[in-house]
Amino acid sequence: MPRQPIGVRPKTEKSMGELLTRIFRVLLEEYKVHLIVVVVCILGSALASLRGTLFIRSLIDDYITPLLGMDNPDFSGLLTALISVAFVYLLGVACSFTYNRLMIYVTQGTLRNMRIKLFDNMESLPIKYFDTHAHGDIMSVYTNDIDTLRQLISQALPQILNSSITIVGTVVSMIVLSLPLTGIALVMVCVMVGAVRALTKRSGMYFTRQQKALGVLNGYIEEMMTGQKVVKVFCHEDKAIEKFDKLNEDLRVNATRANAFSNMLGPVNSQLSNLSYVLCATIGGTLVIVGGGIAGVTLGTLVTFLQLVKSLGQPINQVSMQFNSIIMAMAGAERIFNLLDAEPEVDDGYVGLCNARVNNVGQVIEVKEHTGTWAWKHYHKDTDTTTYQLLQGDLVMDHVDFGYTDDKMVLHDIELYAEPGQKIAFVGSTGAGKTTITNLINRFYDIQDGKIRYDGININKIKKGDLRRSLGMVLQDTHLFTGTVMDNIRYGKLDATDAECIEAAKLARADFFIDRLPDGYNTMLTGDGSNLSQGQRQLLAIARAAVANPPALILDEATSSIDTRTERLVQEGMDRLMAGRTTFVIAHRLSTIKNSDCIMVLEMGRIIERGNHDELIAQKGKYYQLYTGNQVTQ
Amino acid sequence: MLKTLAKYIGQFRNVSIITALCTIGEVALETALPLVTAAIIDQGIEAGNLTKIFLYGGLMILMAAGSLCCGLGSAHFGAQAAMGFGSNLRDGMYRKIQTYSFSNIDKFSTAGLVTRLTTDVTNIQNAYMMLLRMCLRSPITLICAMVLSFMINPAVASAFLVAAILLGTLLVVLSLTAMKYFDQTFDRYDDLNASVQENVAGIRVVKAFVREDYEKKKFKSAAENIYKMFVKAEKIIAYNNPAMMLTIYSVMLILSWVSAHMIVAGNMTTGNLSSLLQYCMSVLMSLMMLSMVFVMLSMAIASARRIAEVLNEEPDLVNPPHPFFEVPDGSVDFSHVYFSYHKTARKDVLFDIDIHVKAGETIGIMGGTGTGKTSLVNLISRLYDVTQGKVMVGGHNVRDYDLETLRNEVSVVLQNNQLFSGTILENLRWGNENATEEECIEACKMACADEFIQRMPDGYNTHIEQGGTNVSGGQRQRLCIARALLKKPKVLILDDSTSAVDTATDAKIRKAFREQIPNTTKFIISQRVSSIEDADKIIVLEDGHVDGFGTHEELMESNEIYRSIYESQTQGSGDFDEVGGD
Repeated sequence: MPRQPIGVRPKTEKSMGELLTRIFRVLLEEYKVHLIVVVVCILGSALASLRGTLFIRSLIDDYITPLLGMDNPDFSGLLTALISVAFVYLLGVACSFTYNRLMIYVTQGTLRNMRIKLFDNMESLPIKYFDTHAHGDIMSVYTNDIDTLRQLISQALPQILNSSITIVGTVVSMIVLSLPLTGIALVMVCVMVGAVRALTKRSGMYFTRQQKALGVLNGYIEEMMTGQKVVKVFCHEDKAIEKFDKLNEDLRVNATRANAFSNMLGPVNSQLSNLSYVLCATIGGTLVIVGGGIAGVTLGTLVTFLQLVKSLGQPINQVSMQFNSIIMAMAGAERIFNLLDAEPEVDDGYVGLCNARVNNVGQVIEVKEHTGTWAWKHYHKDTDTTTYQLLQGDLVMDHVDFGYTDDKMVLHDIELYAEPGQKIAFVGSTGAGKTTITNLINRFYDIQDGKIRYDGININKIKKGDLRRSLGMVLQDTHLFTGTVMDNIRYGKLDATDAECIEAAKLARADFFIDRLPDGYNTMLTGDGSNLSQGQRQLLAIARAAVANPPALILDEATSSIDTRTERLVQEGMDRLMAGRTTFVIAHRLSTIKNSDCIMVLEMGRIIERGNHDELIAQKGKYYQLYTGNQVTQ
Repeated sequence: MLKTLAKYIGQFRNVSIITALCTIGEVALETALPLVTAAIIDQGIEAGNLTKIFLYGGLMILMAAGSLCCGLGSAHFGAQAAMGFGSNLRDGMYRKIQTYSFSNIDKFSTAGLVTRLTTDVTNIQNAYMMLLRMCLRSPITLICAMVLSFMINPAVASAFLVAAILLGTLLVVLSLTAMKYFDQTFDRYDDLNASVQENVAGIRVVKAFVREDYEKKKFKSAAENIYKMFVKAEKIIAYNNPAMMLTIYSVMLILSWVSAHMIVAGNMTTGNLSSLLQYCMSVLMSLMMLSMVFVMLSMAIASARRIAEVLNEEPDLVNPPHPFFEVPDGSVDFSHVYFSYHKTARKDVLFDIDIHVKAGETIGIMGGTGTGKTSLVNLISRLYDVTQGKVMVGGHNVRDYDLETLRNEVSVVLQNNQLFSGTILENLRWGNENATEEECIEACKMACADEFIQRMPDGYNTHIEQGGTNVSGGQRQRLCIARALLKKPKVLILDDSTSAVDTATDAKIRKAFREQIPNTTKFIISQRVSSIEDADKIIVLEDGHVDGFGTHEELMESNEIYRSIYESQTQGSGDFDEVGGD
């Protein structure tokens, strides 16, 4: 199945405006009050600092110049002014403190909610989603993409707001001071914006290339690290280094260019701002001296204006520095929203599963405790009644067709009858569709045509969770979780006692190796149980299913890496556990399936033979050929 | 740790120095600029001297141009130095990993190594660039601004100094406190990532056991924890900005008051005042910068630690000083071999193995899960070192051979075998990069792989995807065997390498071995009795020791375990996967 990267699907491509709107909606959803206060505070803080700059003007013009040459200068006016400015400053500091503090809650809270939402939605996605997306790609949404969002919310947005206010305030003050000088300054601002655009365009291009090169290198590293042992065995180290060097160099070149261009933003802007300063100083100076203060340009005005020119450069610089982070955040946000928007599994089921007991008059009653008997619980809406039906383990597939994509069917016209308590086996070559059939029973995938009935109930009517709870599964690829061995066994039944877990481990013959682990049942497993052999992992997976003690069981190549002797012991235990319950088994090893009640031989998505071992041998068909090890004549 | 990393700056040392110099130049010029602006105001505008204005204006443009050049140089060379350093680190780690032995590799998870080679290096190279460009800038700005302030007015400058020291101390204290929390946060981060990774990889298990809600709860508490820790850490950092503003404003107010008196008294000019105001800003801003850089660098330390772990890991298998470059023959001897993977293990994985195999023999190995079959054969090509005793190949201790020589002569087909993305031919040539196409085809014929390769649309040029996902399990195993055969080894080891190949094909492969490479010693691990029944000798392993060693007939006679395995597979062993010649 082709893997598709998250967020590069043209159909769902969102415009920058849409993305930003959505980010704001997310922010406002939970933190409306916080944000209003933040905006007010940023405004207050920016205005206070602007007031500070403007005060310099009045300081020189109004409070210092008039006092020059006085014998007994009166500083009380200055004192009053300073005190009133001090209040403004204090307000500014308070504002700054408040918004800095509030933004923490807004940023971290939003990220937390976003992560939780992502995870919640991810857990509800159909298996198909995981089939069609690279796992590393999904994971990077939680790390890299969320991180771009953190940058955006905590730094870029407040910074831009703050800087914009400063820019607007500064420009307004400039206009008030002197229109002609403002004209010069604004022309320079335009030049700056042009320079920023030219530079970010280049750096953006190389950043994209850098990400691509990083992706390629990532892929190569991952492949080689996974196969590192093969590399060692074949003394292939030099070759592996050679290719790596090429990819690494490619990344270096692009990263260097991208960063060089984005690094240039700072110096270019600063010096343009200096140039602007010189222009204003010379022209303004000319106006003051030659023009004798025409256009209202006085000495004090000019000094203040020059101060403003200086302070205009900084916010422009800051905004332009945020450009790359905005571009990156948009790419990240798109991927986040795409994962959030992915369609969850549909679950229209209304039939539930419950523990049950049959009372002395033969009625099925729902009970809380585990009885080893289960019942389907139907709620009838029209009559507002609930009826119970004992779980038997009767499974019927009626003319089932299935394909992972609509245009390519994998299973054709599957007819299957599993009577309660039977052991049903599937055999056939790789790709014949064995695993697929079991994945239809528990509705990992939905069928295209036909019906699947469980105790006569269409499985679409059963709540997905309850359907899956009724089917214990040991999957082909064993996956373990970080935690102790005991935790991993307990995964099958969260409230199982230690004794129950150990019992299950014994049944699965896992206790022999667990006892030999450094900390026994308390040994920590990390990295998917990488410190265990494949066979040991399978034994643990069986123990996990055993502790769940399910009404029906699906074993998909559950014992393929376990030696035949241990397997026989495991099987005896499982047979005891599953006595009277329906079991589905997939295996390529004969000993695993020989005692099945019914064996289905699959080929190219069709059942070509069915029957028990003796019947199939007597048929002298495919099963016979496989079994006796004779070459299949074509 | 930092010393380890610094070695990898390598050829970018000069560029790094140039970056530093450029940064110094840029900052020096930038800091001197206010002097000129003051001159413009004092000597030009206030004095009504237009010539001076143009003169200093020209000077300022010159300085700005100089500063721009330095700035661009710093930008350009800084990127070069930092990205080059990162590239060197990646390369260094990758090369180091190539020298790792199996037990070194076991210590790190694949995902861990990938993160170290990518994310962690990215963190370090960004930190390095910041170090060269920012970290240098702030102290220089600070010092220059301070010196210039003292030149203008020592009294006022002293006030700056006091303010700077106060603010600096506060920022350091705040950063240090916050850092402690940040460190803890990053540990929690790993938990969160692990949770996501496990859920993505094991989604079928989660869904099969209907553990979505349980996982959601687990994740939610991990996310909640991160939230709490981050809030705790950032709450402290949130004092930084207001503290700085408070200091700047206070200093400005005091400055205004004091300088007003001085100006009126004729001890200071208005130009001086505006310069002082600017210096005041730069001093305190650079302190702020410094504290930010400090926090960011401390975050990079975690990455540095993880990288240093890889770089400092010593490969525990090394070539002997005077190795043999020739393996005389394919005889293999285990004399009283003991082995365990960890020193702390409660029990040895193998103990007292004493087995002698003549060149050209075929040896079958049987035993239950976890009895040490793989461990045993891994010792032959010295993928691990024995704990006690010795393993000899061709009469010499494996420790005395050149590793490459040994591994070329002892060819292993690993249990978890793997193909790499590339064509079939490219994959085969891992065995021998100079192999001709004919040799490759010949090896594939022996491994019964030729039949299915020929039927593929592009034959030997068919592209294999990562992990070999586009060929079936049985086909993959046969390709891996062919790849190992291309080495033309003296010892060939198949570790459960035909488990997905049907019995008939399996037999054909063994027949080819017998006829075409009679002098190669063959070790075959299998769960299937039929695969080893006709071996010259069979080793039965049980719980890490040799329970039986002999021919099929002898073992049937004398070995309980072997007999019971045999009986459990009575009718030969029909395997249903991989129909012959699929």
